[in-house]
Amino acid sequence: MARLLRIATAGSVDDGKSTLIGRLLYDSKTIFADQLAALERVSAQRGEEHPNLALLTDGLRAEREQNITIDVAYRYFATPRRKFIIADTPGHIQYTRNMVTGASTADLALILVDARKGLLEQSRRHAFLTSLLGVPHMVLCVNKMDLVGYSQERFDEIREDFRRFAMKLDVHDLSFVPVSALHGDNVVHRGAEMPWYEGLPLLHQLEQVHVASDRNLIDARFPVQYVIRSKEYRGYAGTVAGGVFKPGDEVVVLPSGFATTVREIRGPGGVPVHEAFAPQSVTLRLTDDLDVARGDLVCRPGNRPHAGQELDAMVCWLTERSRLTPGARYLVQHTTRQTPARVRELDYRLDVNTLHRDDSAESLTLNEIGRIKLRTQQPLLFDPYRRNRDTGGFILIDEATHDTVAAGMITEPTLPTSNVVWHSAAVARKDRATRGMTIWLTGLSASGKSTVAVEIERRLVAAGRPAYLLDGDNLRHGLTSDLGFSADDRAENVRRVGEVAKLFADAGVIAIVSLISPYRAGRELARAAHETAGLSFVEVYVDTPLEVCEARDPKGMYAKARAGEISGFTGIDDPYEVPPDPELVLRPDADDPAGAVIDLL
Amino acid sequence: MTTSYELSHLGALEAESVHIFREVAATFEHPVLLFSGGKDSVVMLHLAAKAFWPAPLPFPVMHVDTGHNFDEVLAFRDHTVRRLGVRLVVSSVQDDIDAGRVVEQPGAGRNRLQTTALLRAIGDNGFDAVFGGARRDEEKARAKERVFSFRDEFGQWDPRAQRPELWSLYNGGHHKGEHIRVFPLSNWTELDIWQYILDEGIELPSLYYAHRRDVVQRDGMLLAHTRFLALQDGEKPYAALVRFRTVGDATCTGCVESAAATPEAVVAEVAATRLTERGATRADDRISEAGMEDRKKEGYF
Repeated sequence: MARLLRIATAGSVDDGKSTLIGRLLYDSKTIFADQLAALERVSAQRGEEHPNLALLTDGLRAEREQNITIDVAYRYFATPRRKFIIADTPGHIQYTRNMVTGASTADLALILVDARKGLLEQSRRHAFLTSLLGVPHMVLCVNKMDLVGYSQERFDEIREDFRRFAMKLDVHDLSFVPVSALHGDNVVHRGAEMPWYEGLPLLHQLEQVHVASDRNLIDARFPVQYVIRSKEYRGYAGTVAGGVFKPGDEVVVLPSGFATTVREIRGPGGVPVHEAFAPQSVTLRLTDDLDVARGDLVCRPGNRPHAGQELDAMVCWLTERSRLTPGARYLVQHTTRQTPARVRELDYRLDVNTLHRDDSAESLTLNEIGRIKLRTQQPLLFDPYRRNRDTGGFILIDEATHDTVAAGMITEPTLPTSNVVWHSAAVARKDRATRGMTIWLTGLSASGKSTVAVEIERRLVAAGRPAYLLDGDNLRHGLTSDLGFSADDRAENVRRVGEVAKLFADAGVIAIVSLISPYRAGRELARAAHETAGLSFVEVYVDTPLEVCEARDPKGMYAKARAGEISGFTGIDDPYEVPPDPELVLRPDADDPAGAVIDLL
Repeated sequence: MTTSYELSHLGALEAESVHIFREVAATFEHPVLLFSGGKDSVVMLHLAAKAFWPAPLPFPVMHVDTGHNFDEVLAFRDHTVRRLGVRLVVSSVQDDIDAGRVVEQPGAGRNRLQTTALLRAIGDNGFDAVFGGARRDEEKARAKERVFSFRDEFGQWDPRAQRPELWSLYNGGHHKGEHIRVFPLSNWTELDIWQYILDEGIELPSLYYAHRRDVVQRDGMLLAHTRFLALQDGEKPYAALVRFRTVGDATCTGCVESAAATPEAVVAEVAATRLTERGATRADDRISEAGMEDRKKEGYF
């Protein structure tokens, strides 16, 4: 079964982006004979030596005349393994809005740089926008390798430059390919010029990138789009925006909060559905006769989105006809709800090239990005964009012209202005006798985290280093004894342990955390909290296969989970999200796992 | 048991189209679906019917009739609307010619004249959303069109001032007299359409499958010899085994020689073909490099 991969490309004319896409189509034999004939004719008319592959993608007349790409264009091609939709977005400074548009639905962003020029301001901007829009995978294509003599040194230099910049961003999966779009090296075929390159050609990477785990299968969200009525039938139609729904599930309908169960789920045409997940379009029938309308949201009772009228968001301004100013009124369109909203404050404008925050900014103009506080007339039902693109993204619409003027990504609910003030201490970190940090061991239950953690603590203390073990199971007797195992409670558990570890580290102690911490988002928050405070955070993934953990099963938990006595058990009926980029991975065959961790410090 | 929680690519495309139909039904007052009996409009109507199951389609369908129809397509149109119990609105190019609103160029075909009939019907009926079966893979200018594509009070498209379209948030805002063209099949390719026809067992007019008919060679294309086609000097109709890849004005829609008589055979043929659908079969799209862009700006489908 072929699956779909949505790609956004970014790069300027000069980077050879159109040529690269033309090359992908050409070498994968997606170009039709009449298109090729037209291409050869026009290239010859212009006196060009090779068929100009860029002509394949430059659609509008003005673009062909000026040799630039103005608007997002969509391209389609397929290999036996995958179907691809490319949102081809222009890279010029004035067209940031198109990049944002193309990236909003992309699984993967393809960023081009010219090997001769290396990273330009715009490459950084493309990388930043990719991360802002939450595109899960990023591939940096270093093009025109033919013009730098296929030099490995040059490629390595650009790669390291980019890696350093990307560390400041939220990028989960990053890879690099040296290509020559003009000659075709490493696009579809490997080519003979770069034997030093050990990775796969671009197309093979695109065919193999794993996107199934990018989606949020945890937070069940169903925004009601339309009510279908026919005689006795009353169904709530919509597109699943997260998680999994099954007939029989206990659910609540927001904002009313009424609880009921899912009676049946049907796909288009009335096909019965046993499990509905994003992005399926389905119709739910509920057991109780409730008053449910477009704009309501169905979710699980123990895992609800935020509901509120005050929220913080990053916005990108998309029009040259007006500017965003505090106090202005717009329509906000979010999931299936549209409501008036007012911009309360512009917190800052972000320079997308330097990531500098300008707190004194008073407005946003075309292509500018900033953080705002928004107040909506009706409450929105939302999640942070990082957690769910569908329930965290919105657009602003001008009430008079109906233009789409901004794209917004919700960061969090606006916190009430606090009267609690940070009290500065007299002792600075450098005044302390020792420097602390946090070692965070994550992995399945019975993967061996605690065994490794105990050994690390023992050796460090023996060596005279202050170290302290924070074991998830033990903490549940005190610090987190009020929490259960729902997704919300697990997130809070990870947050608390992260905060405590940070305090230990700040105090000069090496905090060793042993915690399943199954969700990527929670671990990343812990890391971010450390990095904001200037503290080191070392993530160690104890990668023991599920079969091995289950065979060990020291507390009999897997057996209970398999028997259905407990639910929501990680690895059995609740997912474990593998860390995309841990500092260290420990496999069961490691000789001296504790030693490997200590060596890393 | 493990579930991968992934949709096939056709499942993903179907879900996206269904989402678009429901969004329009929920937010517009007078939508209409353009239905010509051509395969894209047949698939579009099939998807629309699935989107609202078990309720009937909550909007009518409209045929912009060139008068140059293939008989079997017209019969198929009437049979389909009867089967689904939907209301059919017909807007006729012949009425515009008779009233002097448009002038027919001899031998030019009537596809371009449909624009006037289409805009007149949209105005007369107060339609605020018009579903069209256009796909982005058909042509370069279409590749840049939004799913919700704004038309001003004159029905015109301004490709340089299109609304950004993010996530699956579609902005249908418009003033009275303006309307939105909606393209639920934007992300489908010709092969996707055929695979879906095969998977779903969707019925099509018979001329999409190989059959014998009298044809004429003109400008490197095969045109059906019908009562609408005036023969030019030296043209001799002959019988050939052909099928149509698109269906439009009978005087300028070409067919291709083919033995593909079933959906399976057509899927195999389309997967292997080396010519685009319009390049092979639409004389009027070949006029100039920017042919479609100009026509779309004027308000064409």
